Amino acid sequence: MSSNTEATPYCEDVVKKFVLAATFWGVVGFLAGDFIAWQLAFPVLNLDLEWTTFGRLRPVHTSAVIFAFGGNILFSTSLYVVQRTSRASLFGGSGLGNVIFWNFQALIVVAALTYVLGFSQGQEYAEPEWWIDLWLTVIWVLYLIAFAGTIMKRKEPHIYVANWFFFSMILTVAMLHLGNNLAVPAALFGGDFMKSYNIFGGVQNAMTQWWYGHNAVGFFLTAGFLGIMYYFVPKRAERPVYSYRLSIVHFWALIFLYIWAGPHHLHYTALPDWAQTLGMTFSIMLWMPSWGGMINGLMTLSGAWDKLRTDPVMRFLVSSVAFYGMSTFEGPMMSIKAVNSLSHYTDWTVGHVHSGALGWVAFVSFGALYYLVPKLWGRKELYSLKLVGVHFWVATVGIVLYITAMWISGIMQGLMWRAYDNLGFLQYSFIETVEAMHPYYVIRAMGGLLFVLGALVMVYNFYKTIKGDVADEVMQPSTAGAR
Amino acid sequence: MASMEKDSVSGQMTTGHEWDGIKELNTPLPKWWVYVFWATVIWAVAYWIAMPAWPTINDYSRGMLGYSSRADLDNELKAQKQARGAWLAKFQTASVEDIAKDKTLLNYALVGGKVSFGENCSACHGSGGVGVAGAYPRLADDEWIWGGTLAEIEQTIKFGVRNEHADSRQSEMLPFGTGDMLSAEQVGQLADYVVSLSTKTPAAGSPGEAIFAERCTACHQEGGVGSKDLGAPALNNAIWLWKGNNQAAKDMVVGQITKPKHGSMPAWAGRLDDNTIKMLAVYVHSLGGGQ
Amino acid sequence: MSVFKHHAKLETNVFFLAVGILLSVIVGGLVEVVPLFTIESTIEKVEGVRPYSPLEQAGRDIYVREGCYNCHSQMIRPFKDEIERYGHYSLAAESKYDHPFQWASKRTGPDLARVGGKYTNDWHVRHMINPRDVVPESVMPGYPHLMRPLNYAGIAGNLTALKVVGVPYTDAQIMNAKKDLEEQAMSDSPDAAVLKSYPKAKMGDVDGNPKVVTEMDALVAYLQVLGTMVDFTTVKPEKIYR
Ligand code: HEC
Ligand code: HEC
Ligand code: HEC
Ligand code: HEM
Ligand code: HEM
Ligand SMILES: [Ca+2]
Ligand SMILES: [Ca+2]
Ligand SMILES: [Cu+2]
Repeated sequence: MSSNTEATPYCEDVVKKFVLAATFWGVVGFLAGDFIAWQLAFPVLNLDLEWTTFGRLRPVHTSAVIFAFGGNILFSTSLYVVQRTSRASLFGGSGLGNVIFWNFQALIVVAALTYVLGFSQGQEYAEPEWWIDLWLTVIWVLYLIAFAGTIMKRKEPHIYVANWFFFSMILTVAMLHLGNNLAVPAALFGGDFMKSYNIFGGVQNAMTQWWYGHNAVGFFLTAGFLGIMYYFVPKRAERPVYSYRLSIVHFWALIFLYIWAGPHHLHYTALPDWAQTLGMTFSIMLWMPSWGGMINGLMTLSGAWDKLRTDPVMRFLVSSVAFYGMSTFEGPMMSIKAVNSLSHYTDWTVGHVHSGALGWVAFVSFGALYYLVPKLWGRKELYSLKLVGVHFWVATVGIVLYITAMWISGIMQGLMWRAYDNLGFLQYSFIETVEAMHPYYVIRAMGGLLFVLGALVMVYNFYKTIKGDVADEVMQPSTAGAR
Repeated sequence: MASMEKDSVSGQMTTGHEWDGIKELNTPLPKWWVYVFWATVIWAVAYWIAMPAWPTINDYSRGMLGYSSRADLDNELKAQKQARGAWLAKFQTASVEDIAKDKTLLNYALVGGKVSFGENCSACHGSGGVGVAGAYPRLADDEWIWGGTLAEIEQTIKFGVRNEHADSRQSEMLPFGTGDMLSAEQVGQLADYVVSLSTKTPAAGSPGEAIFAERCTACHQEGGVGSKDLGAPALNNAIWLWKGNNQAAKDMVVGQITKPKHGSMPAWAGRLDDNTIKMLAVYVHSLGGGQ
Repeated sequence: MSVFKHHAKLETNVFFLAVGILLSVIVGGLVEVVPLFTIESTIEKVEGVRPYSPLEQAGRDIYVREGCYNCHSQMIRPFKDEIERYGHYSLAAESKYDHPFQWASKRTGPDLARVGGKYTNDWHVRHMINPRDVVPESVMPGYPHLMRPLNYAGIAGNLTALKVVGVPYTDAQIMNAKKDLEEQAMSDSPDAAVLKSYPKAKMGDVDGNPKVVTEMDALVAYLQVLGTMVDFTTVKPEKIYR
């Protein structure tokens, strides 16, 4: 397609593996999410077994979707994109790629096992114990070498914008991971082998945790996935990126400002007020840099809007950008202290998380996967575009059920907690608010089920595509876009 | 530099680079985007001037408004106290009986008591005071271990039962069925008698009756009417504290004689203020139509 | 515009790009984290906060292991409704020996920052084994497995690691860790030695079997000390404004 390709031998077997792993872990992570969703609606599902209680399974879900699903997506797309946009084959080749791949998959399995068995550092999104953290550090350094090495080998004079985002993700995640997992293993002093204590405690630990946690969102789930958007949207739309200048400004503004916003997770806590102010103001300033990405994504489609109608893969990509815009509007709003005083601790946060996670992260991933599978396995198109459309609608209804249920229950929860009656007494006891959540927990779990079903449709579609089948349907060749 | 070209759709120039077929337009930044961005920056600076914001090594800028979330709360609490002032002052001096007699105060107490009960007590005594069979007494009836007058209830709440508080209600039953105080046979006979008390069918002259009179009436009194002073529950009705839902009454009684269970409740003085405790007493009293 | 021209330097050299990125992302963290160590008012000066007793710390490790923080916060915010419901707002000082902190971000269940002393040991045991036995509306999982014996072979080593990260355990406290742990779980004597090292520790067996120290004994000992260390009648409100 490209005008200047001299058949560079891209290393794609590793990318293929990452694609399959991402698909697999996606389904596992969504299933885990739906299972814990049902647990909150029907607590008997905790099964009275230590390994299946909500407290141990929730981190399995969050890590499975963010790191196993999201991580494999980032590996597959970044390693695919960096080769193509550098016109260079993977640095270290399949050898290095495979080392990264197998170590990462093994790490996922081991980490999940340790969670279920009850080993945890007790900090959200950083639960793995110290030696797993070290192992991940090694994998990450290898990844950095493979990625940066490929850029250094590039035959294009300039580094493409998608790679800036991937690169910032890799570097910053390394910094965050190291900073937040500084822990002293008890085993060094004859204590328990599987136990370590973070070198920070109390308020300082709270700050480093949310410096990490917020920027895990900012760099892993945002910068990295913007990298995906910057390749797959223009590629699939066959349109040039809307604005080079916008990409420069919003890239630097985004990565600079994001780091500061962590304290919005600690509003009104024992973190000093000054830090909360910084967290809030930087979150607000983050609004436009975030929307810069959305604008560049959506406006790249100008001249190709009809593809939304004809190409369900494009629909995934574009909707994801729209959801990104929505959650990066909601986020700054929730960072305003007055709003956060209501939303914090409630399901509203969970709703916000999943409008970002399902709508943005998962949808842009689905779009990229649907693009990649036929390309990597040398098929003209997917087995069935119709099934992509089915997946899209089933998943969209699932998301809508999920996030509207959580908005209602979250705001209701927040209002009930602070409600006073006309005599000046609290109106509801805590347990009444727990009871009031039940219907919304059921709706959320149903929404989640739809989302899982959609993903299974995708799996079937991939299976048939890889097998080489072509469905008997009126095909809209994706390349037949009007200009 | 590679070839820059004009995009026919947007009329913008490209930057002249191309990666795997992807080109970029050199579209200028959208104006509205730049303006809103600057607006947020200006707002942030204004906020920093007004509020505590920037740290140094050993201090931080206080902001012109001198805001502190904790000071804010304390002011709010003062205002709340003021708003509640009128009836709070009355509560302070009124006894629980006075409160129950005054219609407005009673109304306050019932509402306030209900909330505090839901937050602090229902974990043990159940929503609405229904209790937990075999564990925690039902308060929504008119059967009291430690007394059902307003003052007695108030005291129970304030100091609790069998806890570390110096004024806590105490008293324990001895393990009569262990050691050589009573044989297994005697325990059985005694249990039959106690159950018969509760079903109001005591057989006069039964072996259990004699043992009961000798060992148990010191606390549970003649006929098993119980003693509020000693916290010995009445045994002459079918309301049991320690009988689980699926347990036979006799098994429970045998168990209690052999290895007595003793409930314990925390003291709430110190944790809840006096007014709240008064409200709770009045509320709990209302549940079972207390004495 | 020239800004965009200059960007070519960053765009054509991975090393420059890396430096640019690292410089951008390092500032915010430094400015927000470092002063928390150096500004004195950050951790309020209040009396009473002490390191956890060995049994409490073992219980805390179980709290972390079970992931209770996924449902329970330990951070009461300075709002009317929260202090009415849960008690005095939480201070930074109260969690200064918490490695890791457990403030948490979701309240599926109530805040636990001051649950110490609110219920009896007996209630906690029933509740942990099956929450719906005592609170029919609860959605909390049951934890019957906590009735197994606690493995505390490594307790002295664990406390040493905590000492390394800044918890001021004395050598004597570490040496006596095992003894203190057993004493707290088995004796309810008011002059137990463990109480001298760890005032306000909740003494005594919890699970009904004073001969065996179970995980339940440890967890409940931890829950019972939460929020009880500072006596707020002695704290002047204005002294803790920040
Ligand atoms: C940890 C459990 C627990 C909590 C919480 C609790 N109680 Fe109790 N309460 C008990 C137990 C156990 C008894 C019975 C003691 C006994 O066996 O004599 C009791 C007894 C009582 C009694 C005496 C009943 C009688 O028949 O004489 C009253 C009144 C009472 N509770 C009120 C309250 C109120 C009001 C609250 C909340 C402020 C409360 N309780 C909180 C456990 C609890
Ligand atoms: C020293 C006083 C004392 C003596 C003597 C005593 N009891 Fe009790 N008994 C109590 C107390 C106090 C309780 C309540 C325990 C509680 O509130 O948790 C109780 C509770 C009971 C209960 C449980 C009531 C319920 O509602 O579940 C039974 C049955 C009982 N006693 C039977 C006996 C019998 C039979 C004897 C004689 C062998 C006896 N008691 C002697 C003090 C005594
Ligand atoms: C699925 C969410 C969930 C998990 C996980 C969970 N809890 Fe709970 N917890 C609740 C809910 C809901 C309540 C309120 C209803 C009740 O009292 O059971 C509660 C109540 C409590 C209470 C009573 C608080 C009060 O003031 O009434 C304690 C103590 C408690 N939990 C401790 C724990 C501990 C310790 C763990 C971990 C071993 C844990 N919880 C895990 C949901 C959870
Ligand atoms: C089938 C789809 C999914 C379902 C049903 C689901 C369900 C859930 C549930 C029930 C929780 C716990 C909420 C609570 O504690 O109240 C949760 C938390 C979370 N999920 Fe999901 N989830 C799904 C997909 C995803 C995806 C794709 C991602 C990320 C890419 C994700 C990221 C998270 C995160 C980050 C949290 C923690 C939120 C917080 O701490 O506030 N989830 N999810
Ligand atoms: C400008 C962008 C954003 C801002 C300012 C922002 C802000 C916020 C705020 C204020 C909270 C609530 C914190 C609390 O009260 O506990 C939050 C939670 C969260 N957000 Fe965002 N958000 C943004 C974008 C996103 C996106 C795009 C995603 C997902 C891909 C996301 C994922 C999350 C997660 C996972 C949490 C939950 C963290 C936790 O408590 O465990 N955010 N965000
Ligand atoms: Ca970790
Ligand atoms: Ca024990
Ligand atoms: Cu955040």
